[in-house]
Amino acid sequence: MNAFLALTARDLRLALRQGGDWAAVAAFFALAVILFPLGVGPEAAVLTRISAGVLWVTALLAALLSLERLFQADWDDGSLEALALSPLSLELQVLAKCLAHWLLTGLALTILAPILALVLHFDFAGLTALIAAMLLGTPVLSLIGAVGAALTLGARRGGVLLSLLVLPLYIPVLIFGVAASEAAAQGFAARPHLLLLAAMLAAALALAPWAAASALRQALE
Amino acid sequence: MADSAPMNSPKNPKIARDIFSGSDLACRRGERPVFAGLSFSLRPGEALLLRGPNGSGKTSLLRIMAGLAAPELGELRWRGVDISGDPAAHRSRLVFVGHQDALKPALTAAENLAFWAAMHCVDSNQAVARGLDHFHLAKRADWPCRYLSAGERKRLSLARLIAIPAKLWLLDEPATNLDDEARHALAGAIAAQRVQGGCVIASIHADLALPKAKTLALGDFTVERAA
Repeated sequence: MNAFLALTARDLRLALRQGGDWAAVAAFFALAVILFPLGVGPEAAVLTRISAGVLWVTALLAALLSLERLFQADWDDGSLEALALSPLSLELQVLAKCLAHWLLTGLALTILAPILALVLHFDFAGLTALIAAMLLGTPVLSLIGAVGAALTLGARRGGVLLSLLVLPLYIPVLIFGVAASEAAAQGFAARPHLLLLAAMLAAALALAPWAAASALRQALE
Repeated sequence: MADSAPMNSPKNPKIARDIFSGSDLACRRGERPVFAGLSFSLRPGEALLLRGPNGSGKTSLLRIMAGLAAPELGELRWRGVDISGDPAAHRSRLVFVGHQDALKPALTAAENLAFWAAMHCVDSNQAVARGLDHFHLAKRADWPCRYLSAGERKRLSLARLIAIPAKLWLLDEPATNLDDEARHALAGAIAAQRVQGGCVIASIHADLALPKAKTLALGDFTVERAA
């Protein structure tokens, strides 16, 4: 357990000390969302209609932006090899790194989303559902992303390949994430959508570390 | 039986047995066979030097010994038990110091070493201080690694050997970039490890004084491809 926390703490410390990567994710999210009112026009009804979708799609893309670095830096300097040789199982190490990744991106996106919702004339009846859906959905993005990042490790143009691999897998999260806040805004229950997101999180927690660890072992051999 | 062999005249027959051995190992990288028919055995306190020209498979052999890669043929045994049966147990008994230093430029020397110690379940500041001290890095403890020289970085990655207790040390070119003082510190660390009954396996280009070490010339096992 100490080794697990040590790995999460190291990733957080590195990210906060180097700043760049993670600030860029938040900045990308904010900028991309702000582009929509400029592009679509200021008409409130149109913006309200697309707001949940825009928030989720830009959040997916912002999360994707940071995934390439998830294992790449450790791969480049030999840390990944040394990590694979430490006693903590590689599956748990993947989980520890995903936790750090989520704290730096998913949580930041969840905090930013209500603020950016203002720009999009988001219907605030759906606000709690939006936040709950993001809290459940963004960890899934980190976990699925870790599988993609591990599979594309060491590949040329890994970034493009990573998007092609991961984006289709993000579709269920997108659908139910958007549906949760739209249902709440229209007076329906958001609960079924949130439960499905929770189920996806449970499945990803069980399967993604295992898949990513196998891919990492393959890359190291 | 093997225990009654006259070698090493053991007081305790258990100690005399091979602790780490490999038999009939073969390795290939992609399409290219690297070596084949390679065997070795080590008793507690013994050191093995891997020698051979570039491309003869020194690093590949060390990675196989660490369990990072599986050998094409053959098997590795720790106290007579195949290591592929319990990779977690094998990982917890070894420290591998490779070509790459596995150090983060943004973290200080002490933070880097403490992280690797924590990953090996060593949560003591004393162990970290001992590691830094042994390789004369105590003054650099609070320096971010990006300000360290190549030799200092190498010393810091070797300091893991002191901070983390392990039965088996696997060292890939450990003397690269080291000055005489650091080489002396490394030789001292290896000697202490051997006194405690640990094993050391190192690939070596430069000179490193390791008394009574076995040598394995990898060139002898190279597979020549038909032209």
